[in-house]
Amino acid sequence: MAEQVLDRPAAVPLRRRPRNLGRRLAWHAGALVGVLVVLYPVLWMLGTSFKPAAEVVSSIAPWTAHPTLHNFADGWTANPNVTFGRFLINSTIVAVGVVVGNLIGCSLTAYAFARLKFRLRGLFFAVTVMTILLPYHVLIIPQYVIFKQFGWINTFLPLIVPKFLATDAFFVFLMVQFMRGIPRELDEAASLDGCGAWRTYWRIVLPLCRPALVTTSIFSFIWTWNDFFPQLIYLNDTDKYTVPRGLSLFVDQTSAASYGPMMAMSMLAMVPVLLFFLAFQRLLVEGAATTGLKG
Amino acid sequence: MTATSAETLPRATGERAGRPGPPRRRRTGRAGYAFLVPWFAGLALFTLGPMAFSLYLSFTDYSLLQSPHWVGLTNYRTMFGNDPRYLHSVGVTLRYVVFAVPLKLAVALAVALLLNRRRRGTGLYRAAYYVPSLLGTSVAVALAWRMMYGDSGTVQTLLGKVGVNAPDFIHNPTWALWTLVLLAIWQFGAPMVIFLAGLKQIPADLYDAAAVDGASWWARFRKVTVPMLSPVLFFNLVLETIHSFQAFTPAYIISGGTGGPADATLFYTLYLYQKGFGDFQFGYASAMAWVLLAVVGIVTAILFRLSRLWVFYGDEG
Repeated sequence: MAEQVLDRPAAVPLRRRPRNLGRRLAWHAGALVGVLVVLYPVLWMLGTSFKPAAEVVSSIAPWTAHPTLHNFADGWTANPNVTFGRFLINSTIVAVGVVVGNLIGCSLTAYAFARLKFRLRGLFFAVTVMTILLPYHVLIIPQYVIFKQFGWINTFLPLIVPKFLATDAFFVFLMVQFMRGIPRELDEAASLDGCGAWRTYWRIVLPLCRPALVTTSIFSFIWTWNDFFPQLIYLNDTDKYTVPRGLSLFVDQTSAASYGPMMAMSMLAMVPVLLFFLAFQRLLVEGAATTGLKG
Repeated sequence: MTATSAETLPRATGERAGRPGPPRRRRTGRAGYAFLVPWFAGLALFTLGPMAFSLYLSFTDYSLLQSPHWVGLTNYRTMFGNDPRYLHSVGVTLRYVVFAVPLKLAVALAVALLLNRRRRGTGLYRAAYYVPSLLGTSVAVALAWRMMYGDSGTVQTLLGKVGVNAPDFIHNPTWALWTLVLLAIWQFGAPMVIFLAGLKQIPADLYDAAAVDGASWWARFRKVTVPMLSPVLFFNLVLETIHSFQAFTPAYIISGGTGGPADATLFYTLYLYQKGFGDFQFGYASAMAWVLLAVVGIVTAILFRLSRLWVFYGDEG
């Protein structure tokens, strides 16, 4: 350590030393290799979905010399009753329903917590925050019994309706945090102009919350799109299946011939998520960094 | 209690400064509850109500076909005294949590430290490393994992090329769980971006001062980075632990719903699913759910208690 002090003038801070080109190149090379290792499974999936059947098993290359669309055609019609298109449509219906539900339910709730004064507000908000950490498995059986009473089994309703009632507490929390950052003077000015709580919410707070609403929409969509457990429980008929449920049908087929189509459909299933990611990359990563949003 | 006057007041006399306070407060108070109507309904119908119902069910024998009938503590007694598969699933889950969480966080922290430079391309790398966190819990990736680590899969082939005679990891009781641990580690991107955000908050003068004092890289890491980052580390630790206890989809897909081979991947949640929706033992599954809730609660409480020993909050001085 003493040596280090000697050969480095104390007045020059360590971090501002000019980096030499070699070190910078090494750093970039290392980071790039890391990216390749980390993304290898995804690239391999992409490559495999275009490989001819003979190449699918035991080929480690994420590319092929003989690309074919066969896997997509076979995977699309792998199920005798419904095509994969049905699963995509069903997933879209559920995901869009969840997005709309979360936007309405969570923003109404968040507005009350962030802006309005009423008794027990602190307690209610604490309850909301606690439900974020509540394991879903504690609720699944009674919820199943309730939805069975409603006659909602094998419909999309159990997946969508609760969201309209602000049950995704995480997004309530996210929006409350955001709304607290909006200057209160705006509300007060609106109130002086005769705006009631409803109009202040609709005209002032909601438009200013757009970043939080966009984040909520994107994450709601991606999570619902990937979500499996509730869809496994509530959807019974193949024509009601969502994409993850449709994909899980491939698990039962163990013949190597089904591997190519399986990867092709898996790739297709990931396309919306990847497109969202490319479009909103910065927002997604920033959101994940500041709020602990999981992928 | 005069609703009409309270509602018309602001419109009529809104500009007047000396307007009496109480009516307005009552008005917003009522508005607060009005905005919370959906939340109240959701809480009663889909959260607190079901929790109470599930607690009740955990003391009953219930199969959907006939109404629940009270059996006292029988379900809990069976779980801990008479159901080796249950205890086995607890062991599998604990092993998964104990390995997956620290390893994932270690990788996340290491990559974050390496990426924490003000250089061109950092944002791009960060985004690329984050991709697995978006996809990792999906059925699509689990299916790929099954193929890659399965018989004559990519990993076996790759290891064969360097002379290692690798097993079929997916169908090997010793290895199957480790493929799931690896899948969890692969998703290090989410905690990594949180670490990166935390690293950015550390004042540069602390490092400069340490450098002036001649502190080595390791000393700077231990004496500056770790304490300054400890709140973020703690946040990640709690979040990842709670999530890991509830992992389900990868185990379900990779084992084809069985938790196999030889129950090696029988996660707690998977066994709960089998009991609840395979055997329709709703009472038993509810009891399992409550034990899970208790365990997650206790573990979180322990983490919070221990955090006093190592988490450093700057404002404490």
